[in-house]
Amino acid sequence: MQLTLWSYEGPPHIGAMRLAASMKGVHLVLHAPQGDTYADLLFTMIERRPQRPPVSYTTFQARELGTDTAELVKTTIQQTYDRFKPSVLMVGESCTAELIQDQPGALAQGMGLPVPVLPLELPAYARKENWGANETFYQLIRGLLRSRVPAPGSERELRAEGARPKANLLGASSLGFRCRDDVVEVTRLLDSVGVDVNVVAPLGASPEDLLRIPEADFNVCMYPEIADQSCHWLERMFGQPMVKTVPIGIGATRDFLHEVGRAAGIEIDTTKDPIWSRMPWYSRSVDSTYLTGKRVFIFADATHAVAAARIAAEELGFTVVGLGTYAREFARDVREAAKRYGVDPLITDDYLEVEARVAEVQPELVLGTQMERHIAKRLGVPCAVISAPVHIQDFPSRYAPQMGFEGANVIFDTWVHPLMMGLEEHLITMFREDFEFHDAATPSHLGPGTRKTQSEDAEPAAAEQAARADDAVMAWAPEAEQELKKIPFFVRGKARRNTERFAEECGIQTITVETLYDAKAHFGR
Amino acid sequence: MSSADEQRRVGVESCGVPNVNRERGQRQVFCGLAGIVWLHRKIQDAFFLVVGSRTCAHLLQSAAGVMIFAEPRFATAILQERDLAGLADCNQELDRVVADVLERRSDIKTLFLVGSCPSEVIKLDLSKAAERLSETHQGRVRVLDYSASGLETTFTQGEDVCLMSLTPQLPLLAEGESSLLVVGTLPDVVEDQFARIFRDLGIGPVHFLPPRQSTELPPVGKGSRVLLAQPFLGETARALQKRGATLLDAPYPLGIEGTLGWLKAAADAWGVSEERLREVTAAPIARAERGLARQRELLAGKRITFLPDSQLEIPIARFLARECGMELVEVATPFLDRQLMESELQLLPSDLRLTEGQDVERQLDRVREDRPDLTVCGLGLANPLEAEGLRTKWSIELVFSPIHGFDQAADLAELFARPLVRGALLQV
Repeated sequence: MQLTLWSYEGPPHIGAMRLAASMKGVHLVLHAPQGDTYADLLFTMIERRPQRPPVSYTTFQARELGTDTAELVKTTIQQTYDRFKPSVLMVGESCTAELIQDQPGALAQGMGLPVPVLPLELPAYARKENWGANETFYQLIRGLLRSRVPAPGSERELRAEGARPKANLLGASSLGFRCRDDVVEVTRLLDSVGVDVNVVAPLGASPEDLLRIPEADFNVCMYPEIADQSCHWLERMFGQPMVKTVPIGIGATRDFLHEVGRAAGIEIDTTKDPIWSRMPWYSRSVDSTYLTGKRVFIFADATHAVAAARIAAEELGFTVVGLGTYAREFARDVREAAKRYGVDPLITDDYLEVEARVAEVQPELVLGTQMERHIAKRLGVPCAVISAPVHIQDFPSRYAPQMGFEGANVIFDTWVHPLMMGLEEHLITMFREDFEFHDAATPSHLGPGTRKTQSEDAEPAAAEQAARADDAVMAWAPEAEQELKKIPFFVRGKARRNTERFAEECGIQTITVETLYDAKAHFGR
Repeated sequence: MSSADEQRRVGVESCGVPNVNRERGQRQVFCGLAGIVWLHRKIQDAFFLVVGSRTCAHLLQSAAGVMIFAEPRFATAILQERDLAGLADCNQELDRVVADVLERRSDIKTLFLVGSCPSEVIKLDLSKAAERLSETHQGRVRVLDYSASGLETTFTQGEDVCLMSLTPQLPLLAEGESSLLVVGTLPDVVEDQFARIFRDLGIGPVHFLPPRQSTELPPVGKGSRVLLAQPFLGETARALQKRGATLLDAPYPLGIEGTLGWLKAAADAWGVSEERLREVTAAPIARAERGLARQRELLAGKRITFLPDSQLEIPIARFLARECGMELVEVATPFLDRQLMESELQLLPSDLRLTEGQDVERQLDRVREDRPDLTVCGLGLANPLEAEGLRTKWSIELVFSPIHGFDQAADLAELFARPLVRGALLQV
């Protein structure tokens, strides 16, 4: 058993649902107990879709367990087909159905339905949501295109003279973080270098659209978590190169365009400045100077985590003090990135472990998922959301991509917003006894409210308990403790930690004001 | 006689108990785990540990995770492959997880182990585990268990099984003493209103289950008279009866009529005179009628359909029909407990289309054919129906809003008027 306060991903059948809900003409029958229909809410409420997801459930109850649940599966499949007449029917199980083993996929295949039936294997106790979506997308593409794979050794047809190259955008899905607008932005980006979009999938595609995938010159793997298996298979079977760079951030977008150029065999103008991004100037303008060296902790799916780290370090001038992902399948990319920024990668799906690490490194900003917002609230640290899982507020009405040049604009605003603004930060540091602007107050541009000062008061108790148990002899002199309070709250945790480390290294038992400043000089901040 | 009185009188005359159509098929409802979403706020020193799968964890955080928690009050012990293969001793694993929870949250007084579909299917004995853990952590925390799986419970039944697990823990009411026990989660403000009315009626002592702190459990015994504030508490009611309590037969305190009938049941049990009851309730009833008149204007003559969700459908439909003049097209409930609903069914028109259970596709066909002015349904269906041009009232709000009692009668009606007002207001 794993104690889970918050989980980063749903079970794999949610991934399959996301796939079905992304597409047109595909229906999923899910063998699941009563109550599992809660998942419809993700689509109708969180994503605010105006239609029910194309998913039918068997919704068995205790009284049916004594009888023939397999018969219930068959009835549900038949009724679903008769009512919805999909072009492809997918059949899967949720976690409870997996335990009673009715083999609904095999049952469905034996029913002689006049459409392709795709049985899904979704091991609910070993795998998770993104895996489920990735696997479902792969099985669907493979199932539909297997018979069209050209014979080995046959040449790819050449693009007609003068025709614009075509790309497939693969991986955007329902409930994906900002997929809706990323597709628009990447389409615009490709258009600006003379590339057309052939098929966008799974988002908005029908099975018939998937059949046209081989007509493109290359595939853009927008979200590897959803589409990397499919892209690899298409590369092997149809010789379609795969563009791997994910265009989140200015640098990554430029790299992406270069890679597109290579895949499409076209010249990309590299000298022209990105015409529609204001982010580089905003970041260079003097108002942003105070952002330099802000200590940021990043935790997300691998794609967004790696992209965020690069933006933070190269484009905003932050210091990355923590980098991790819950997506074990993509841990390698995150490990490599962590090496670049000189931090220990954190590969875990255990929320408590992430919380412990955040408490330990005492960042000034957390970039994470909805779950990191809980952590940030507990520790009183500003936070911005950069990746799924997310809640309703991160499916905004306005245009809000993360990718491309407009994505960079959005990111600049979103990440800087939770930080205290420059003047307020200066004044709080200078004058500590103001009745309105003080440590316990939220930054005034964020409205009324009181900041939870756990990072200061409860943190030594909670987060440092383990560390302190070892050296129970170390103590803070009262004046030193007072002096520590004069350090602005957002770096105070770090100062406390550094001072204690310094004291430990020097064998100092009682930390005085002197020790505090010695440590400051030693660490240079 | 006011028009509301007249309405009530006419209603009573035209009544007989309606037939129930039973329907089976795909059910679009929550499982009992969803009860945790409000129970964790009502019982502030309790923690809910679900033993289940990632799906259970996902359900809980999808429902409640939009709130940002500094201190979560529920969690899931997610079963792993090792647990299923018998490689790990589930009991040892559970002990470890519980120890983890308790170390993190030293302020917890009661820990609920909540069973789910997976834990039911693999027959994990949580009641034994609860006993064992209660012993281990004796004096510090009470460990209880209940199953809120979708296999066995629908939405609000999760509260029923939770409260039922508390009933053996209730202290014994001393022989010869009597008390009123109000059962069912009520918003704090409503609880206080009822407490004042009972005080004025000279009924007492009054206890509430669940209590706000799990350490302040009300006593129960032969002298206990139970008033159910919620219609979905059949198992709890029967468990209390087993401990000697008497269940008072009453409609549910929704709307003026329901609240008055509910109070009257207690008043009769305590031998309070009609006159006294009238005195105490006159002012709040007059107030409620004034408030209700405005909403009635908006609702009268409008046609409404209820899809099954919480078992609140029948009493609320009764209120909307008799006190707000709405026309009931179909009223569906996930589960109909005849005994608990007796007083309510008497108040419904005998030709009502009343459905127990669900086959969601067929039910939606009926909704599309009927085209009611308002459809009460879950969030999985609300936006899709809105997109089809049908106005909806999402039903979950009814368990998250103060709707009981005189002073909330107008608020309850307003919940149904609001979507209609909004529909008329929007020009885009």
